[in-house]
Amino acid sequence: MNASAHTLDRFSVSAARRRKDRFARGTIVAATGVALVPLVLIVYYLLSKGLSSWSPSFFTTDPTGNTFFASSAIGGIKSAILGTIEIVAIASALAVPLGLGVAVWLVEYGRGSRLAHTVRFFIDVLTGVPSIMFGLFIYIALIVGTGTSYAAYKGAFALALLMLPVVTRSAEVVLLLVPGSLRESALALGAPRWRVIFRIVLPTALPGLVTGVLLAIARAAGETAPLLFTAGATMKTEFGLNGFMNSLPIQIYTDVTSPTTAVVNRAWGAALTLVVMILLLNLAARLLARRSSLG
Amino acid sequence: MSIDKPSTSENEPRMGIDEPDMQMLDPRQSQPPRTSQSAHTAGTRARANVRDGLTVRLERLRAFYGDVAQVKGIDLDFHANEVTAIIGPSGCGKSTMVRCINRMHEEIPGAHAEGKVLLDDFDIYDPSVDVVAVRRAIGMVFQKPNPFPTMSVFDNVAAGLRLASRGRGDLHHKVESALRGAGLWEEVKDRLSEPGAGLSGGQQQRLCIARSLAVEPEVILMDEPCSALDPIATLKIEELIDQLKSKVTIVIVTHNMQQAARVADRTAFMLGGELVEVGPTQQIFTNPSDSRTEEYVTGKFG
Repeated sequence: MNASAHTLDRFSVSAARRRKDRFARGTIVAATGVALVPLVLIVYYLLSKGLSSWSPSFFTTDPTGNTFFASSAIGGIKSAILGTIEIVAIASALAVPLGLGVAVWLVEYGRGSRLAHTVRFFIDVLTGVPSIMFGLFIYIALIVGTGTSYAAYKGAFALALLMLPVVTRSAEVVLLLVPGSLRESALALGAPRWRVIFRIVLPTALPGLVTGVLLAIARAAGETAPLLFTAGATMKTEFGLNGFMNSLPIQIYTDVTSPTTAVVNRAWGAALTLVVMILLLNLAARLLARRSSLG
Repeated sequence: MSIDKPSTSENEPRMGIDEPDMQMLDPRQSQPPRTSQSAHTAGTRARANVRDGLTVRLERLRAFYGDVAQVKGIDLDFHANEVTAIIGPSGCGKSTMVRCINRMHEEIPGAHAEGKVLLDDFDIYDPSVDVVAVRRAIGMVFQKPNPFPTMSVFDNVAAGLRLASRGRGDLHHKVESALRGAGLWEEVKDRLSEPGAGLSGGQQQRLCIARSLAVEPEVILMDEPCSALDPIATLKIEELIDQLKSKVTIVIVTHNMQQAARVADRTAFMLGGELVEVGPTQQIFTNPSDSRTEEYVTGKFG
């Protein structure tokens, strides 16, 4: 009897530790819950307000600019969808290869050098620059500086500048995670360094690289500030890079300040469209990355 | 496949054109004669098509990390088609020395080597030498099995050939013979398309050996190849080493003195970055001439 009481005492958890454990667990769960509240609310409002303005014509007509009549007369967001796709695609085509290139250089070649430290420092600074600064820079350099007007390609440049540090920094982190032993064994097989990078390092890091690129694209697709005074705003669907081009964030920005309820609802519909587009892009890229890393 | 193309220029200096199978067997053949080595090249050509190992000779080899010398002047011969074991306590410079032989040491930032490493009288530290070609002639197996995680068993072995842009020709045949050479074919022939990382530790290490065999090197360096393996997997690797030495020269770093005694024809004992003694394995373990060697092999320190 005595002996068993003794063992129970030795191996049981004290009341104080039990309380601490319960408190710590409770705090963590509460924090998770609090963090989820705004997320759930955003999705809920997007769906409840945005879905009601969705209709086939919402996606196939341009905004008419006519805001005083029935909701059917205000038009859809076709020009904004196509504009966002075009501007973001151009921005990605510029920023993704450049950003990945810088990251590869930082990790595979420049590692530890003074230049690499300097480059990394400036990339960190760029990551923290407010997005409107990129718009201002392009505005001053390409619009005021050249005495020309707003243009789609200028908006794409502004977004590319915004994406560049995000792509570079996330790619660098992922490339650093690739074990050095893989590089070593590939080099020891007699592979030139560039081939080690293309055949071993990049494929191994691919899922992480895709995530970083998607984050950058998602961020760029949702930015209003850099486009406001670079690409301008227009209602018609335009494809020319030299003219004004509409985009979803700009459409939302102009619609949401309107006194007409139908137009404000169009902003919700446009916001939901933007979120769904990014979600689809995310899914597609992940499927592709998974297939290629297994094949 | 598209990225295969531009590589030709990079391979040119030593490999030349890699079309006929016969030439691929022996890189020395397609090596363009160089000013001072041309006489020697002609000499090796006489032995063309005899697929065997090459002698490696270290002359005053010193290896540095920054300014610190980790290997402090070593003269050592590795005989062709023999297994030479390097033993010595941790931190004595065994691995560093071995990594100098295929010029992997210099891949570490701030590291460099001085002295000569002669591959059949050809100094691989000569400024005109292409390191990539050196590493094709001198393969390496590392401490931890490290198959490429994104690749299947087949692709892992083919990787050696593809990375060295010798992936044309009968790839399947070459992969099979490399896997047979590593004693792994029977175990993996039905799972060639499964990920290489899905094999057991010992199989992974033999896969890495197959991967380096595929490029048909004349020398294989093994840096504690069994330290992460269980005794049965270790035994298989040791049997494999015994078979491989008919084709290649083997240098094996090991912490396990029984392993050195089992596999090595000759054994070298290192201490503090210097070579203490080298000789037939039997002699090193039973009748060493240096008292420090005797103390180490009898377990008095280390």
